[in-house]
Amino acid sequence: MLHVRVRAALTASSLASVAALSLVGCSLAGGGGDGSTATEPSASSSGAEQRGGTVVLATHESFHLPKKLVRAFEAETGYDLEVRAAGDAGTLATKLSLTADNPIADAAFGVDNTFASRPLGEGAFAEVTTTTTPPAEYALPEGGDRLVPIDSANVCVNVDTAWFEQEGLEPPRTLDDLADDRYRDLFVTPGASTSSPGMAFFLATVAAFGDSWPDYWTQLLDNGTKVVDGWEDAYYGDFTAASDNGTRPIVVSYDSSPAFTVSGGRTTTAALLDTCFRQVEYAGVLEGADNPAGAEALVDWMLTDEVQSALPESMYVFPVMPGATVPEDWAEFAPQPSDPFEVDPAEIDANREQWLTDWTDVISR
Amino acid sequence: MSLDTPGLVPRPATRPPRASRRIAGLLALAAAPVLVLGVLFVLPVAGMVAEGFVVDGRFAPGAVLDVLARPRVHRVAWFTVWTSGLATLLAVAVGLPAAYALHRLALPGRTAVRAALLVPFVLPTVVVGVAFRQLLGEGGPLGFLGLDGTPVAIVCGLVFFNVAVVVRTVGVAWESLDPRPGQAAAALGASPWQVLRTVTLPALRPAIVGSASIVFLFCATAFGIVLTLGGVRYSTVETEIYLLTTTVFDLQAAAALSVLQIVVVVCLLALSARLRATPDPTAQRVVTPVRAVRRSDAPVVVATLLVLAAMLLPILTLVLGSLSVGDGWGLDNYRALTTAGDDQVLLVPVTAALATSLRTAVDAMWMALLVGGVVSLIVTRRSHSVGERRVRSTLDGFFMLPLGVSAVTLGFGFLITLDEPPLDLRDSPLLVPMAQALVALPLVVRTLAPVLGGIDDRQRQAAASLGASPWRTLLTVDLPVVWKPMLAACGFAFAVSLGEFGATSFLARDTSPTLPVVIFRLIGHPGEMNYGMALAASVVLAVVTAVVVLAVERLRVPGVGAF
Repeated sequence: MLHVRVRAALTASSLASVAALSLVGCSLAGGGGDGSTATEPSASSSGAEQRGGTVVLATHESFHLPKKLVRAFEAETGYDLEVRAAGDAGTLATKLSLTADNPIADAAFGVDNTFASRPLGEGAFAEVTTTTTPPAEYALPEGGDRLVPIDSANVCVNVDTAWFEQEGLEPPRTLDDLADDRYRDLFVTPGASTSSPGMAFFLATVAAFGDSWPDYWTQLLDNGTKVVDGWEDAYYGDFTAASDNGTRPIVVSYDSSPAFTVSGGRTTTAALLDTCFRQVEYAGVLEGADNPAGAEALVDWMLTDEVQSALPESMYVFPVMPGATVPEDWAEFAPQPSDPFEVDPAEIDANREQWLTDWTDVISR
Repeated sequence: MSLDTPGLVPRPATRPPRASRRIAGLLALAAAPVLVLGVLFVLPVAGMVAEGFVVDGRFAPGAVLDVLARPRVHRVAWFTVWTSGLATLLAVAVGLPAAYALHRLALPGRTAVRAALLVPFVLPTVVVGVAFRQLLGEGGPLGFLGLDGTPVAIVCGLVFFNVAVVVRTVGVAWESLDPRPGQAAAALGASPWQVLRTVTLPALRPAIVGSASIVFLFCATAFGIVLTLGGVRYSTVETEIYLLTTTVFDLQAAAALSVLQIVVVVCLLALSARLRATPDPTAQRVVTPVRAVRRSDAPVVVATLLVLAAMLLPILTLVLGSLSVGDGWGLDNYRALTTAGDDQVLLVPVTAALATSLRTAVDAMWMALLVGGVVSLIVTRRSHSVGERRVRSTLDGFFMLPLGVSAVTLGFGFLITLDEPPLDLRDSPLLVPMAQALVALPLVVRTLAPVLGGIDDRQRQAAASLGASPWRTLLTVDLPVVWKPMLAACGFAFAVSLGEFGATSFLARDTSPTLPVVIFRLIGHPGEMNYGMALAASVVLAVVTAVVVLAVERLRVPGVGAF
């Protein structure tokens, strides 16, 4: 009896001390957060050309730039950069659209040409002027005064060249080839409704086949095409070049992907350059931002050669500025398509819902 | 159930307060948790649903109602109901034998097994999804079953994630169940099956129904598992709300489905509250010592081992994946966890994210326990009138609601409603633990409430009549009994917070990501090292969770609670 009591008392006191320790030492509230808790409401609301304060960037979860560059930006401009990244490109576009009258940040990066029309239509972006002008080929037909192109990437069908060599089969080259009997049960793609590369590939088929895209997709499915949820599933779950158990040597990925499958001086995969859809990512200043001057400085900074040259290795995308450098092995292993498929953003905006509904019907038939 | 036997109850010396005063006191006590839930849950959800109802500044409910007539909505709703229902039944069916074996039998290593069972519950779904697909996919060891991308795979995944809830909730109740009525029945000639059916199961009913309703809500609102395992051919209400909100931006349709979801959940909660009705409080609560395994226990033990094996298969796939390096085996992926990954894909190394996760989990745990504890006390105190009982059961259902609402609706609701002082929480570092505590809250309540409800109120009355203050009554009557379930609830809340991804990825700051967020980032970028690191980080997450749960199990005091 006594023994039980002593044990109970000991346990209780050790529990209490653990609880106290964790509350004092480990809690976010007590343990001192990341130091950025005191976000000053920037003083520049007077409109004066006043520097300093924090500039907040809203972006998607793939955003990444080297710390050194960020520190240089902060040192040069006097602004503190705070990045708030969450969700994918679609989530970001929705966030910006819903908070158009009370923005969650000063600037935004990562809205692409498949989603741009939505936040633009909701009035989320303010007009912006940059000191450097990116090439006109990336500009949006509407809203070009508010969204500035920063990078571009092509979603292309990738093949496992090593697999095809081993099987003695010629790899496919075009979208039509994917429906060919020779490539039965070999192709896997993420879904248009659940994945942004999946959406891009779908738009490539819309651009290629116009209104008859449902027929093409029916052919694809009849030919054993597998549709999965996300890029991760397709690439790591089914693609022979990336998964031990993969059985499908054809997958939807990016034009830069072959640069990541290099072994022994050569890459084991290739992007089919006749199947690509070009995604362009934009940055802009948010309407009603606390720190519009800082936001504009940030957009300007993203067009500098330093940032542009860092994009390939940080985010697997290509810079838009001609003066930027691309890693040497990318030129060899990740050639870009010369004439990718495109769909007018206004057309995407007008049809997105109907297309996705029809696509889902075709898929679940 | 005939609980009210006033003739037998010794009246306390003081005059009982009038019903209305008791209800007022009840509401006063409930004010704080209700306020918390009102601000962090009702307000955001209402804000987001309102976006769909208001078109061009005018209230237009017609369009929303039209959505409910779409055939696709019916398909989606039916698919949600039958997969979740089937998964719940299966989880209970396989969870009950395991709960018995792991909480009543002296099986070697049972604490470790109990901890291991909780691991799937916390693994990021995207990782488990890839592991499942490695297993079930065309080239996988179980590929011959042809389950990849089928509803069967979805149901399996849902069961895999939720069995732990049944095992723990029912197991803890089973542990403190008085064996004597069963023994008495057996002595009178009842077969073991009759004892189980007529004595044990009725006594366990509140715990079984409680855990089943939680599991159903978890299944019905599962997001990642459905998408990953079912492919894009199958949609549930939850995935449909996500697609409608982020991809299609059809807020009216999203609002319609959210409302449908809430209505169904409220009905379900009302139903389960009826089924759950408090057990006979005069049944003695004791801690039964585990007994040696007998030959007759073989079916239960085998069933438990099968459950364990089924759980371990995907996890084993993960572990093997994390150890495979190029053509051989090695620890390179684990060594890389202190780095920022291939091409510096991470802002902070995995180890730093783990520290953030642990700190966040501590916060989420105490928040969930604080609010959940108060709520459990309120909803289980004996009601003195019908009105009072109604208030209590309404409150009970209210705090379960967060389980039944789309995380997407809640997440976007946060952005558009909590954006003005004094409620500008969008930038608060405590937002993430608050959201996680909200997710853990129903689990905490459902773990504590059945036990508190099982305490004979006469004990409290006796203490009060002997002059004990309410605080002292709480300490001497309630605490000794609720002590163990409280630790179990701590473990649950901690584990939920460690593994929570949906709300966290939506709200977390870039500079201080949690472990699941980092794992998602790693798996989302090409490069063999990043994938290997994601697997290694998942294994670390699983091990940390198992250790934490094991520690909670160890800290449990088997002696306390016995008189």
